[in-house]
Amino acid sequence: MATVAPPPSKRQRREEVERATIQQDVTPISRDDLGSFKANFVDSDGNQLTNVIEINFGDATEKNVSVLLNTLLGRDRDDFTPYRFRIHIPGKDIIVDQYPTDLLALLQKHGVTNPFETTITLSAEPQSVFKVQAVSRLAHRIPGHGQPILAAQFSPVSSKLLATGSGDNTARIWDTETGTPRHTLKGHTGWVLGVAWSPDGARLATCSMDKTVRIWDPETGKPFGSDLKGHTKWVQAMAWEPYHLWRDGSARLASAGKDGSCRIWIVNSGRTEHVLGGHKGAISCVRWGGTGLIYTGSHDKSIRVWDAVKGTLVHNMTIHGHWINYIALSSDHALRTGYFDHTKDVPATEEGKVEKARERFEKAARINGKIAERFVSASDDFTMYLWDPTNNSTKPVARLLGHQNKVNQVQFSPDGTLIASAGWDNATKIWNARDGKFLKSLRGHVGPVYQCGWSADSRLLVTGSKDCTLKVWNVRNGNLAMDLPGHEDEVYAVDWAADGKMVASGGKDKAVRTWRN
Amino acid sequence: MPQNEYIERAQKLHGKRLDTEERARKKAAREGHKASENAQNLRGLRAKLYAKDRHAQKIQMRKTIKQHEERNVKGAAEEKDPANPIPAYLLDRANPTNAKALSSQIKNKRNEKAARFSVPIPKVKGISEEELFKVVKTGKKIAKKGWKRVVTKPTFVGPDFTRRPVKYERFIRPMGLRYKKANVTHPTLNVTVQLPILGVKKNPNNPLYTQLGVLTKGTIIEVNVSDLGIVTASGKIAWGRYAQVTNNPENDGCLNAVLLV
Repeated sequence: MATVAPPPSKRQRREEVERATIQQDVTPISRDDLGSFKANFVDSDGNQLTNVIEINFGDATEKNVSVLLNTLLGRDRDDFTPYRFRIHIPGKDIIVDQYPTDLLALLQKHGVTNPFETTITLSAEPQSVFKVQAVSRLAHRIPGHGQPILAAQFSPVSSKLLATGSGDNTARIWDTETGTPRHTLKGHTGWVLGVAWSPDGARLATCSMDKTVRIWDPETGKPFGSDLKGHTKWVQAMAWEPYHLWRDGSARLASAGKDGSCRIWIVNSGRTEHVLGGHKGAISCVRWGGTGLIYTGSHDKSIRVWDAVKGTLVHNMTIHGHWINYIALSSDHALRTGYFDHTKDVPATEEGKVEKARERFEKAARINGKIAERFVSASDDFTMYLWDPTNNSTKPVARLLGHQNKVNQVQFSPDGTLIASAGWDNATKIWNARDGKFLKSLRGHVGPVYQCGWSADSRLLVTGSKDCTLKVWNVRNGNLAMDLPGHEDEVYAVDWAADGKMVASGGKDKAVRTWRN
Repeated sequence: MPQNEYIERAQKLHGKRLDTEERARKKAAREGHKASENAQNLRGLRAKLYAKDRHAQKIQMRKTIKQHEERNVKGAAEEKDPANPIPAYLLDRANPTNAKALSSQIKNKRNEKAARFSVPIPKVKGISEEELFKVVKTGKKIAKKGWKRVVTKPTFVGPDFTRRPVKYERFIRPMGLRYKKANVTHPTLNVTVQLPILGVKKNPNNPLYTQLGVLTKGTIIEVNVSDLGIVTASGKIAWGRYAQVTNNPENDGCLNAVLLV
């Protein structure tokens, strides 16, 4: 038999009660005598922001330092921008991405023998002033399509309108607030492989298996002009001309597909302006950059860069070993949303709109004070390349190695600092967009990850997979923020609205689902 | 179907005969002569069986040759759209869709309520306890008591089963009649894979037979389908699926089953 301890005596019980009632003094012995360091704040381009200032180690939490920097920059309390800091270890090339809870311990761990009185460079990255909540519940399950949903995109104006393309030869526009269908866009005779909203939200383009592209008016649901014929095989990729480049009172649209040609259409007249031929295989992705370049990635393993105005070839990059699956621009988010931003004030005049769109593009694409629109290409050869075509021509900036299977999609974060790549190896990986360094791997899916989408504040990422689930990730620490089961079959299309309120997904189970927090 | 890899085991332990390759080569070389001799000299039923067998072989050979010829033809293959709509990024990819088709079919079928409880073999022939159990009469005391039984049909015995002490053991399931794997066929895809058995879900004859894991025609077994990569609605890999036994394993020496969808 085990010995049973006697019950506590009255004195012991009294002492226990006393200990529980009196609050313990938990203030540290002294936070002042931890010493201090000199902080040198630089922006992401390496320019010094303020004078060097001495900070106490005890007070050097990320939040405090952020407030300090805002104060030093002379901002009002209302205009404070949240900052994240990367720490350059003095005397070494190491840059620590994650701000630690104990800065002193970190420095000592990296072999800084006397951290006191040393100057430590902190590069400050401004975060978006608004915060997107992780979507957590199914808002609506909207049946309607008769076949799997192959593409989905939110309107740049707001999350109210959603367009989906399906295998039942129609595209549909949904009112996501009420979860009801708005318009059914009938006309195609083949599967609708892609949908694309114009940056001003006034037109919708759909491309299809029937070799045509159609333009629609999303307000009325009527076709705008006749169908754009010219491709000899199916069309699977489209890109609108960025809003600030629109000329002659008309938008242009680039479409590309299986026949290996990329056609540029003048939308208002329905005329072909250029036919960009040269690829020997199907074009899997086309992007229209804000500097007037068109990027096409093809199954013939090459990426070609074209001049959109003249229709001539600028660069031909043949470094990938297999099909190109996807191309993402660092300014994708800015170009897609044109002059719409989180403040919701739209300029009244046409010039104002163009100016704002241009401003937003330049802000997104600026690196070291220069416009440097970067793009990243994902391939079947398990790798990605980061390119800087405007400044560095045909040499890649970095090769992104790490995926163990084909990379299906890649996306720049809206602030342009991170890259997310979704692969067939069930993993999503996060990379630094500046130098292409691997940051972290988001594991959790049990099937190939087909699509991923960033929230507008670059803090969250949603991924859709063959395993019938969506998952929302907290990018900063790589944790799973939310697991969203609910689809009955593979998820083919995922999109996070530009205003961050909603996520839409569609797949093989034929119902559109919208998710919100 | 051997239930254990005893040949491989013996080879691992003792190695092969030194002249294995030589014998195999010679046997292969004689095959033509053997076939010719048989074709000329066999008579009666044997000749019939032989001719039938040879006929099937020749058909197979012609098919193979034709396949090779088709493969050698240069030029673009005939274009055709896949049956199910797929997004642009999956076009042109040779998808191993079989396992996936299987799982979607299961889901579609589930939606039809009536089909929920239907199985391929709805009625089975009853098996009486007299047929299934043989009374053990060996030994003085046991013969007197007469409550010990031997199961005369094939059974599935779980991996963690330990026998009770002999004195208390009422049912004996012979080692030679135990099965671990089943050849499971998917009814519409017409693919057959050998899968490990996880358990016996229901033997329609008698709850006691279910408990003992008796495998007779019509028994519902659970098989391990984790290799097929089927995914559940919540995004986890499906592990077990039910299948129904379609043959009399006692007659055939193997266990065939059809997956329930």
